[in-house]
Amino acid sequence: MSMIFGVPLAVLSGQLLIGVINGAFYALLSLGLAVIFGLLKIINFAHGAMYMLGAMATVILFDALGVNYWVALFLAPLLVGGFGVLIEYFLLRRIAGQDHIYSLLLTFGAALLIGGVLTNIYGVSGLRYSMPDLFKGGINLGFMFLPYYRAWVIVIALVVCLGTWFMIEKTKLGAYLRAGTEDSQLMQGFGINVPLLISLTYGFGVMLAAFAGVLAAPIYSVTPVMGSHILITVFAVVVIGGMGSIGGAIITGIMMGVIEGLTKTFYPPASSAVIFLVMVVVLMFRPAGLFGKEA
Amino acid sequence: MNQPFDQASIHKAILEQQKAEDRKKLILNGALVLLLLAAPFAMYPVFLMKILCFALFAVAFNLLFGFTGLLSFGHAAFLATGGYTTGYLLSNYSGLSTEVGILAGTAMATVLGLAFALLSIRRQGIYFAMVTLALAQLVFFFFVQSSFTGGEDGMHGIPRGELFGVINLEDNLNMYYFVLAVFLACYLLVQRIVSSPYGQVLRSIKQNEPRAVSLGYNVNRYKILAFVISAALAGLAGSMKSVVFQLASLNDAHWHMSGEVILMTLVGGMGTLLGPVVGATFVVNIEYQLSQGPLRDWVDPILGGIFVLTVLAFRSGIVGELQKFMKKNMG
Repeated sequence: MSMIFGVPLAVLSGQLLIGVINGAFYALLSLGLAVIFGLLKIINFAHGAMYMLGAMATVILFDALGVNYWVALFLAPLLVGGFGVLIEYFLLRRIAGQDHIYSLLLTFGAALLIGGVLTNIYGVSGLRYSMPDLFKGGINLGFMFLPYYRAWVIVIALVVCLGTWFMIEKTKLGAYLRAGTEDSQLMQGFGINVPLLISLTYGFGVMLAAFAGVLAAPIYSVTPVMGSHILITVFAVVVIGGMGSIGGAIITGIMMGVIEGLTKTFYPPASSAVIFLVMVVVLMFRPAGLFGKEA
Repeated sequence: MNQPFDQASIHKAILEQQKAEDRKKLILNGALVLLLLAAPFAMYPVFLMKILCFALFAVAFNLLFGFTGLLSFGHAAFLATGGYTTGYLLSNYSGLSTEVGILAGTAMATVLGLAFALLSIRRQGIYFAMVTLALAQLVFFFFVQSSFTGGEDGMHGIPRGELFGVINLEDNLNMYYFVLAVFLACYLLVQRIVSSPYGQVLRSIKQNEPRAVSLGYNVNRYKILAFVISAALAGLAGSMKSVVFQLASLNDAHWHMSGEVILMTLVGGMGTLLGPVVGATFVVNIEYQLSQGPLRDWVDPILGGIFVLTVLAFRSGIVGELQKFMKKNMG
């Protein structure tokens, strides 16, 4: 067996694959955060809870109504996104114009509330969700075994990420969005319904989180606390990439997943901390993050 | 010429009024201290000590958030560092007297605070919050991996030992008065800090940082000092907590703890002196009362609900709202 730096190639590529998959989740989640922060200046501490809701909804919809994976892939993000719109409309709107820190505190409280209620109903042990039949098995690439589902996650996450980036940076709708949050009065004057635009933007960011949740359901253990574990890591990713930078969130997300995977291969004890270490180093040299603009 | 309203008499009247208000404050504070002195005869001392430790933690946090406008989302790191350091020293060096262990824990948190401050000070607002959060997470992972912390199980059986080698702290009443003395000293220190010229600069930084810069203040130095003092006091709270409960655990390092101290400060009233104390008392009591009753499993969602409600409707917190109410109704 061929070795690289004393590590068998199969082990290394296996860890790299896991890294890229985790990176895909980081990218989807930090992208949602970046959309919400970049456009609305809301620090969405409820993002982890929304990711968890996406996964929980997938399992619950299947158990209660027999909704299959493909339908859940659309239905769960829509439901959770709708819930996000309600949160924006009833809660976040009331503190618009206040110090941004209050949005952080409000969403933190909301996350505690949502997570706590679901923990009481479903407990903290993982719920089972079985893989769709189509994705059972995998392909032998010669140097490693690639499960189909993992390949699918990487591909679909990338497609959604790039689509979102394209929509916000390159289309007219994205231009409205950016303008609406930059100077809402002017956009109101042009006849654009800015409050609606804000609600929908928040809902869309939340949908991205829920979508990641659906993708996670068949491979990770689905529990009410799954969101709070990943949330802080994703915040670190966003800080490294530069808060509010759409492209930065995607690239950094995947990069951090890979770095984490490599650390797991070469020095396992540091694997859970390495992202935060990278963050410290990046901040020392570029306080605005890799792709951020100096505020 | 006999002018009843000359400058001097107006001045005198203002001074008198000030004196009367100071006297009122003194009486109120005196009454509170008497209450605290008598409290262990009416309530379980360990529970009171828990409140005092968290109150000190919240007072420390509030110095930074309430008075300087810096939201640290990583204060759990200092609480835990103080706790683990003190716990480790007292458990492994049996000759050490307790106050040395506590001082060492505080010193360790102070050093960590300086490191945090230097790394995070260049960012503002929510960026600052995120950076402190991530730094604290690094500390959390360090504690998870290190063998001396006991990992997930935590550190147990930390001896309370003797104060100055004489006073037996195994006795709850002795322990209580020690904690109370430390707490009051720290409270007075913070009161002194915020009313000093230094404290005025901190407030001006909170209200309008660019203006403070343009007035020629080296804003970053002021902020770093505030951060370090706050970290030191938070570490002291953690050190005392580990002695009181004779245990230190990962709970104290988890980011939820950083959120909890924000909740305490916010509910009590940030930017007021007494607010964090009231907030800590309120939150610790709610957690305790709920954990005894049928709502045992609903502590988290209820705290979350309180959080949301406070941010939406009572942003000045209990003490802040009371002050507003008094001002409106009493002239």
